[in-house]
Amino acid sequence: MDSISWATALPLIFMAVMGLALLAYVVLDGYDLGVGILLPFATDLEKDVMVSSIGPFWDANETWLVLGVGVLLICFPRAHGLVLSALYLPVAVMLVGLVLRGVAFDFRVKARDAHKATWNRVFSAGSLAATLAQGWMLGAYITGFQNDIWGLLFSAGIAITLPAAYAMLGAGWLLMKTDGALQRKAAQWGRGALWPMGLALVGISVATPLVSPTVFAKWFALPELFVLLPIPLACLAAFFAIRHVLATARAVDAGYGWIVFGSTVLIFVLAFCGLAYSIYPYIVIDQLTVWQAASATESLVLIGIGVAITLPAIIVYTVFMYRVFWGKAQELTYGL
Amino acid sequence: MDTFTLSRIQFAANISFHILFPTITIALCWFLVFFRLRHTATRRTPAEQGWEQAYYFWTKVFALTFALGVVSGITMSFQFGTNWPGYMEHVGNIAGPLLGYEVLTAFFLEATFLGIMLFGRRRVSERTHLVATLMVALGTTLSAFWILSLNSWMQTPVGYEIIDGKFHAVDWLAILFNPSFPYRLGHTLLASGLTAGFLIAGVSAWQLLKGSANQGSRCALRTAVTAVAVLIPLQILMGDLHGLNTLQHQPAKIAAIEGLWHTERGAALTLFGLPNEKEGRTDYALQIPKAASLILAHDTGAELKGLSEFAGAHPPVAPVFWAFRVMVGMGLLMLVMAWTSAYVLWRLRNRDLAAPPRWLLMALVGMTFSGWVATLAGWCVTEIGRQPYLVYGLFKTADAVADHAPAMVAGTLAAYLSVYALLLLAYVSVIKYMAEHPAIPAPAISGRESVPNAA
Repeated sequence: MDSISWATALPLIFMAVMGLALLAYVVLDGYDLGVGILLPFATDLEKDVMVSSIGPFWDANETWLVLGVGVLLICFPRAHGLVLSALYLPVAVMLVGLVLRGVAFDFRVKARDAHKATWNRVFSAGSLAATLAQGWMLGAYITGFQNDIWGLLFSAGIAITLPAAYAMLGAGWLLMKTDGALQRKAAQWGRGALWPMGLALVGISVATPLVSPTVFAKWFALPELFVLLPIPLACLAAFFAIRHVLATARAVDAGYGWIVFGSTVLIFVLAFCGLAYSIYPYIVIDQLTVWQAASATESLVLIGIGVAITLPAIIVYTVFMYRVFWGKAQELTYGL
Repeated sequence: MDTFTLSRIQFAANISFHILFPTITIALCWFLVFFRLRHTATRRTPAEQGWEQAYYFWTKVFALTFALGVVSGITMSFQFGTNWPGYMEHVGNIAGPLLGYEVLTAFFLEATFLGIMLFGRRRVSERTHLVATLMVALGTTLSAFWILSLNSWMQTPVGYEIIDGKFHAVDWLAILFNPSFPYRLGHTLLASGLTAGFLIAGVSAWQLLKGSANQGSRCALRTAVTAVAVLIPLQILMGDLHGLNTLQHQPAKIAAIEGLWHTERGAALTLFGLPNEKEGRTDYALQIPKAASLILAHDTGAELKGLSEFAGAHPPVAPVFWAFRVMVGMGLLMLVMAWTSAYVLWRLRNRDLAAPPRWLLMALVGMTFSGWVATLAGWCVTEIGRQPYLVYGLFKTADAVADHAPAMVAGTLAAYLSVYALLLLAYVSVIKYMAEHPAIPAPAISGRESVPNAA
């Protein structure tokens, strides 16, 4: 390809990389934030098991956020400035939440026993704060940072929905990583999160075209509507698959808990596809396209080479790490 | 205060808090590799247990420190966009790839293998576990490589062209290995070794004083004292080379460090004094004639440029002047402490169980966080010394700041500062608690096996 077509293709490629990194973040950190949100409902011993089920993974999970924001920063500097300036306060809330949560992981078992309960609470509160802030940011992003009452209501709506969705991911994770009483509790938590999550998803799907005329025009046109129909239908199927497994104790006992996790991930992926379709070719809806926001082509080429080499390696050693810690969560110790 | 000043304080607070933890983990990880290798080498000898204990205890400290480094680093990656959008908009073409390679080659490597390094000893072979530990060590060091390359480029920019006010890369190798990079990288890595070394020595000394020491504390103390005794003279030499490099590329920074107001031949070295920026002189200066020229140009008659040559383009004098003296003072103190401790321990080398004298242990405890003081002072010298520029001589800090309401920035600043104060307090007190209770075989995160009848 000559340089002009690279200048066209590279911003799109990096938009895809950024989107996939953020999707990976939402799914991966989603389950460990979800476990954090569910923590207050468990007994003290169960809390230890829950935390140890995510202990080896959370660091790497959060790195996907750094990659996603990194690609935004590196490849789309104009959009980065615009988006993060507009999201100043929710970003600060999320960061404080993530900081508190991340350190509570370590402090809760290294501080004296009397302080453990406090660090558990810090862990949950940090997880919830980060989740609420992420939901708010997603909402504000979809509306193109409208500051009218509908824009704010929409953001608030997603902010209170996301904890339910992350809790469902967390419950699905626990169904796979635990057994016995805790596993049964996880199924119960999943049932609790199911309808709030489902109703909120419907609400968001209905509200999104209403707050954004651009999105409305893209979805409600023929023949696109028919091509897009599989997205909501598959979401519906995933939803009822989750419901069925959670309602059937035998299914969980027989090791089908992974269906809950997998289906929730599927819903996230489908929602992501829908969102990507709604927004394309903008990076900030109605304001900035990916090409307007992109860095110089020579810089994108250099990062492109790095991504092409390192991303497969990252995926390989991430898979290796998940294999090492495969199976039910066990006590984590530093020693032999 | 205005938004610009508040944003600068916020950035300084975030980055200062962040650097405290990587500066420990970068070198601590190599100490852990050493403990592991010694443990393997002394297998089935009486020394084995000590190295295992040292590895186990310092892994706990590493895990805690690493977590603080990760979360405070995430904060950093957002700061550019929230408070300094002009930075990436103008410099993004060059800063972007360097930051990108840091994420791709370093962050994922260290974060992913950390899980195996910390919790995987029962699950993988000894060899795989050692490789995982090495990967984490490599990741932390690579991270320093990329970020210091970018920082150095901002201090000594080369290999670029400016089109419509935006920087574009012309020669990536020149950018990566820009003139101040080798010195800054060496200086920072050595600082990390000294910070981790004095931390290990201080905590081990505290354990010996409190009677909570085990064989591992003695192994760790000996290793750390040997390391700092070797590293400190290298660091002083590296600092001198770094200074000469700065004189060549950023003479205004040197003038502020020396409190040199006017260009002079045979300039005197000001040991102490009160820089008086309004009057353009140093009050109550204690000086050694001709020494500044001698140190900086290795010639007593050499001419040194004074601050008056850089009107409007030199940093504020007092903070750079003082920070430099704190850093050098701490370095000299480290030299005295490292060599004294090494000498005393060498004298005791054949009496394995003899405790080092109490005065020495107390002095080492006092030096526990000396690396933090020196590191922060050094960064103040180089970063405040770059002002008023973000990219030296080319792009001003004031042109990058976001236009937020001051109250909003003040609010988030207050939130960050209180969280940081709390975490710093928690960090230091938990390390003290762990040091006093090393015998508790505390699981990293206790789990399933501690749940009776879990199934």
